[in-house]
Amino acid sequence: MKFGVVVFPGSNCDHDAYHVISKVIGQPVDFIWHRDSNLDGFDCIVLPGGFSYGDYLRTGAIASMSPVMRSVVGFANHGGIVIGICNGFQILCESGLLPGALLRNASLAFACRHVNLRVERTDTVYTRDYERGQVLSIPIAHGDGNYFCDDETLARLEGEGQVLFRYVDSKGDPTPESNPNGSRNNIAGIVNDRGNVLGMMPHPERASEEALGSADGRGVFTSLAAALAELAKAS
Amino acid sequence: MKAEVYVTLKRGVLDPQGKAIQHAIEANGSDAIAAVRQGKYFEIEVAPALEPAAARAELDRIAREILSNPVIEDYRLEIHE
Repeated sequence: MKFGVVVFPGSNCDHDAYHVISKVIGQPVDFIWHRDSNLDGFDCIVLPGGFSYGDYLRTGAIASMSPVMRSVVGFANHGGIVIGICNGFQILCESGLLPGALLRNASLAFACRHVNLRVERTDTVYTRDYERGQVLSIPIAHGDGNYFCDDETLARLEGEGQVLFRYVDSKGDPTPESNPNGSRNNIAGIVNDRGNVLGMMPHPERASEEALGSADGRGVFTSLAAALAELAKAS
Repeated sequence: MKAEVYVTLKRGVLDPQGKAIQHAIEANGSDAIAAVRQGKYFEIEVAPALEPAAARAELDRIAREILSNPVIEDYRLEIHE
């Protein structure tokens, strides 16, 4: 099994993701250039954080039309596991793999700090190493992380349990004060209805080692590694 | 043939940049402003070989699928022949 980290012009968390996958959890991983369209041999695609194509037009918009993303859409539609972090979340929304859009932060300020996230579900390939309701300390670093969707989509996301991470206070309550960007229902991360595509604004790859102040994000990667190992055994 | 595309946030989508611009105008001493919504404007030169009807259809698709995001934005296309 192998992870692939996509590199767009302007990605800047690609090496962080690569480092965590290769060194911290010890899994095979390769970079994938945005002009490549062959995803053969990859079992999980990571769309990393950054400012792909300088955020021109809309965040994630230009990247969503790149050759690699056409392949990632096909990969996901065939059940392949995809995780988009920060700019990767924006790209997933622009590409139609996830509903909604990420708007400019309500404060208009770039938000760069640790936030508290509540794990809403643990029966997913991304969160199996966490406990339900666990509060994680993971950093955000974005100017456009304000998750928006219409009322009907929001009701569906909540009803189907597609919200995986929510911004909360230290007690685990999703208060207005703990919402760093104005996201609807304090949403920090969602999965698609099939459960194989996750988008999240916070950066688990920046919180996977104690030396960085928190290792709370590591569970996302260990969960994925365990799930992929099981899938490999089953096939 | 030239085309102009205006992209604006849908009604109901908050526009904090528009609000900040409005406050700046008010702070500048003007009371002529009730609200400001910020958007985007594109000037497009159409390929000369294209027939007007085909150009309109294709530009409409481009405005809908690329220049705007239908989740949050509306667009208006104007073609000047």
